[in-house]
Amino acid sequence: MSETKNTFTLDGQPVVFEAGQTIMNAALAAGHYIPHLCHHREFKPHGSCKVCTVRVNGWLSASCTTPASAGAKVESEAPDIQEARRRIVQMLFIEGNHFCPFCVKSGNCQLQAVAYHLGMEDTSLPHRFPSRAMDASHPDVVLDRDRCINCSLCVRASRDADGKDLFGLSGRGIDTHLVVNSSTGLLKDTNIDANDRAIQVCPTGALLVKRRGYEQPIGERRFDAQAIECEFESKY
Amino acid sequence: MNAPTEQPARLTVATCSLAGCFGCHMSFLDVDERIVELAQLVTFDRSPLTDVKHCSERVDVGLIEGGLCNVENVEVLREFRASCRYLVAVGSCAITGGVPAVRNKFTLESCLREAYIDAPGIDNPHIPCDPEIPLLLNKVRPIHEVVRVDYVLPGCPPPAEAFWELLTALIAGREPELAYEHRRFD
Repeated sequence: MSETKNTFTLDGQPVVFEAGQTIMNAALAAGHYIPHLCHHREFKPHGSCKVCTVRVNGWLSASCTTPASAGAKVESEAPDIQEARRRIVQMLFIEGNHFCPFCVKSGNCQLQAVAYHLGMEDTSLPHRFPSRAMDASHPDVVLDRDRCINCSLCVRASRDADGKDLFGLSGRGIDTHLVVNSSTGLLKDTNIDANDRAIQVCPTGALLVKRRGYEQPIGERRFDAQAIECEFESKY
Repeated sequence: MNAPTEQPARLTVATCSLAGCFGCHMSFLDVDERIVELAQLVTFDRSPLTDVKHCSERVDVGLIEGGLCNVENVEVLREFRASCRYLVAVGSCAITGGVPAVRNKFTLESCLREAYIDAPGIDNPHIPCDPEIPLLLNKVRPIHEVVRVDYVLPGCPPPAEAFWELLTALIAGREPELAYEHRRFD
């Protein structure tokens, strides 16, 4: 099999990769969706949410941080992997305070869309109902930590795209939380702008632009008619 | 000459509301005229729709909306669970606590103070403590934290099509399968 030099198989289908590419980026470039939340093709991988876990030659590994290797056998949609992903997303839901029925981001939320993709219908675990501080101090931007899943996309986008370095993750384990890089720790004392990439890449409704919401009627939102995998399979 | 063919036993369906808004029940009624068809296939038992207050001894499918915000909700849920072969958690409040669980950010005392003592325009401010009024739980809880749940219908409310799929599937003896557009968290 000489053609396996730059090829691995994803659920039995050959995927060609370029040197240095991760399994995730090679799969997405070839039009194969692997569910993910903390990954974004514009930014360095973080490998923290584990939703993109695949089995590479028998070993579980985050596909967003694992380099593609020639001849690797990658399993993504095996029932046990999908079940583990569903459990991870359920844990993200019960760990925070995700009130989908009235959330501004509902219908456009990637956390919700990944849950739909994985066939998640309920949370099944005890809810934590944590008490987290909201930062509504800035005139144009609000940070609702109830909805934050600590994916660090805003941290990377603010540092690498906006050039502002406004966010960071602090604490460990269950106490991990998003912090704002200003003298007061509040958004009002930063130079964040409503057009910042950091806000746009938030997969949930944790970072939102004020005075904008419910702009599309139910039925016309991003994930109402089309599942998230369709978006990725058609875009690349 | 024709021997009467044995009719399959009709499923008994009960419905119940805890800390919810009855929106799920209203959505159920959005099956519109199919309710007539359904009434020929199932027997309705305890339900706000029938005004029957307690379940018969044997109920096949129990649909329950709303979460748990007080001790009466817990008592009703346990009784309902004990009566139903299949318990279905219906809607966001039953599944996650829903809108009533927004109060979980605050202590129960601060919620009661805000509502009955500190709010403007209150005459004779005091926190109600009549024994007729069920005691509130410290936190609003989804029902799966107290009883076993067999099926769920997500949504706020779940669409009528989801109710229809669930009930027609159980009547036909197959597993319900909700279409993408009928499996929503909002």
